[in-house]
Amino acid sequence: MSRQSNRATDSKKMNSELFTLTYGALVTQLCKDYENDEEVNKQLDKMGYNIGVRLIEDFLARSSIGRCQDFRETADVIAKVAFKMYLGITPSVTNWSPAGDEFSLILENNPLVDFVELPDNHSALIYSNLLCGVLRGALEMVQMAVDVKFAQDTLRGDSVTEIRMKFIKRIEENLPAGDD
Amino acid sequence: MADEAPFQLLHSELIHYIYKSADGENGRNITKLENMGFRVGQGLIERLTKDTARFKDELDIMKFVCKDFWTCVFKKQIDNLRTNHQGIYVLQDNKFRFLSHLSAGKQYLEHAPKYLAFTCGLVRGGLSSLGVKSIVTAEVSVMPSCKFQVMIQKM
Repeated sequence: MSRQSNRATDSKKMNSELFTLTYGALVTQLCKDYENDEEVNKQLDKMGYNIGVRLIEDFLARSSIGRCQDFRETADVIAKVAFKMYLGITPSVTNWSPAGDEFSLILENNPLVDFVELPDNHSALIYSNLLCGVLRGALEMVQMAVDVKFAQDTLRGDSVTEIRMKFIKRIEENLPAGDD
Repeated sequence: MADEAPFQLLHSELIHYIYKSADGENGRNITKLENMGFRVGQGLIERLTKDTARFKDELDIMKFVCKDFWTCVFKKQIDNLRTNHQGIYVLQDNKFRFLSHLSAGKQYLEHAPKYLAFTCGLVRGGLSSLGVKSIVTAEVSVMPSCKFQVMIQKM
């Protein structure tokens, strides 16, 4: 019965590996389907967006977090609650722009790239670009338009992974005419 | 388990992408999804069985798939495992995770196969890593329960 031992402890880790592997299979498929890396990046972003707009509901339901007062609070919630909840990591929030509308998320380790090595002919591929889409999609659903992109990536030789987020505007909800 | 939601959403994106990009040929799409699952299954079972004891026989392997493997992916065990002891196993899941968000009526029954292909591949890939060559098919008669049939190919 040695097989029964210490299973509960790593079931959480296994689950994140399942996600990592599935994501890998997806990126592989995209690389097969599209000829250039830019197109793959775009697809990943688009799919991330679709995930984000749905994931935000799950997030709000689970975390019972209310409205954020400012962008700094939003940044903290993303890093400390959302990333922790879904990827099991807590990126640090740094490099605020003076105007307070732009910051970086620094990921010490990125679970998505656990088993990944980029081949030479895919130098333009932003492997984890899905994350940008997810963040963009999720924030759009809470009336925030943001611009998200990777500034550094360990896969491409940088020492950390850095996601840069820029606040663009608050999305005003347009109520249908005569409905207020 | 909070980290389930991203996997489910990723899985539906996968299906959405495959069905949108190819020109409508259902069989090809199913094969693509199945192949992706195969790759994932191979990797996953390698990680899962890292510290386990050697399996006694085929049935032992199937039990592992029904319990540990299934729990890892779907957070529950297979509800019923049946075999004819001649290389055919039927794994029944009464509340299959990838179908449980679809309407339970007959309306979407024809769409069920695309939600099963990836998992068929998962099982086939997992078994293949353990040295068991197989063919895995799935059928749904009443949502969201589902039967996976594993036919072992003797080598």
